[in-house]
Amino acid sequence: MVDFGFGIVPSSRINLDLFDRAKFEALATLEPDVRKCMACGSCTAVCTAGTFKATSLRAAIEEIQNGREKKALEMISGCQLCGKCFMTCPRGINTRHLILSIVKIYGEEK
Amino acid sequence: MKNNVLIAGAGPAGLEASAALQRLGYNVILIERSETIGGHLARWDRLFPDGESASAALDSLIEGIWGVKCFTDTEITSANRLGKSFNVILSNGIIVHADAVLMTTGFDLFEASKKEEYGYGIYDHVITNADLEAFFRNGSDPRINNPSRIGFVHCVGSRDEKAGCRSCSKVCCATAVKQACEMRQAFPNSQVYCFYMDLRLFGRHYEDMYLSAQRDYGVRFIRGRVAEVSENLDGSLMIKAEDTVASAPLKVSLDLLVLMAGMRPSVSGARIGSLLGLQSEDDGYFRVMDGILDAQRSTVPGLFLAGAATGPKTLPETLADARAAAVEIDKYLSVTFPEAKDFKQLMRKGW
Repeated sequence: MVDFGFGIVPSSRINLDLFDRAKFEALATLEPDVRKCMACGSCTAVCTAGTFKATSLRAAIEEIQNGREKKALEMISGCQLCGKCFMTCPRGINTRHLILSIVKIYGEEK
Repeated sequence: MKNNVLIAGAGPAGLEASAALQRLGYNVILIERSETIGGHLARWDRLFPDGESASAALDSLIEGIWGVKCFTDTEITSANRLGKSFNVILSNGIIVHADAVLMTTGFDLFEASKKEEYGYGIYDHVITNADLEAFFRNGSDPRINNPSRIGFVHCVGSRDEKAGCRSCSKVCCATAVKQACEMRQAFPNSQVYCFYMDLRLFGRHYEDMYLSAQRDYGVRFIRGRVAEVSENLDGSLMIKAEDTVASAPLKVSLDLLVLMAGMRPSVSGARIGSLLGLQSEDDGYFRVMDGILDAQRSTVPGLFLAGAATGPKTLPETLADARAAAVEIDKYLSVTFPEAKDFKQLMRKGW
């Protein structure tokens, strides 16, 4: 291939048309609390894993809804299920069950 | 003997104040510029936060004005000071000697076509919040064709200095959340997005409504102002915004876009205001004597204000403001026209 001296970077634009609604509904059936997040960021702020690796349940929910599932999994891959986010969430979202459910629905098949 | 009180504008504030002043024993003359009374409420379907019927609410307001002299299709042609009172000539030829005047001239909806980038009046599937209420009332609108992807744009003509509207219109966030849920009821398979800058939902039951929109109706709230709308060949819409929570630009195809047109100062209200010598602030709404302690008094003696004439208000706030204005007018007339007082007391005792 000819080297033009530049490469093409895939667009960073979120395309909501790529959002997999059926999959999200499956997640919401498993854990309805996923709909209740209001992006306050409390979970991210208290995250113990976050000290070592970028971890954010808030961001993971957002990424799923924006059709970027891989990024969502990255954002919770460091989670140790300590449950601090469960305690701090103002809407009482069952975060541990939500994280496990996300992995169940979106995680790669073993 | 009885003091005449002229009320300009027969929307919710005018109706409620008329009823209250009539009960207090005053002779109330209520005038309305358009052919029907009820103002914007007459064109609405259901009310936030509990989904009450707008027409039922209006009916009970109208029931209250029994005995009030109400003229529709009538405007103020001229107004002069006459001693402590006002000499007001109406367009129907009637001359009113009013001892107090209450301005309940309300608001105008922002003209959504001014925000050309959203394509209202240009694209086939862009409507306003008012159009959607009309759809809920009548059940048909050629622009709403079983949409499966629906977007709501908050702050159209609000918090937009370039459009000449710096202030927040206060009611559109709650209206958008209400309408988003209603659209999910009307079109159960649809996906609804709300594009907001800040969600300003502050009242009792409002948070429940917001939670319900997320939990029960699956409405997706995206923080970011819609910057650009274009029409695809198939008539669907391409929306561009930034998801500012994710810090990434975003695009989505939609079948229907609803613009939440905000509140603007009433143009015809401003015309009457200038006849009566009322002052307005930079935002176009009438100036009040004191925003906290004297919010129903204008800067002109004998001239009172209630409802959205002094800034965006929810319906319950407007009604409370109207009742407050009635009390203020009663206080003013009792002091300014003491000779009418004895008669009024007799009236209230029922002779």
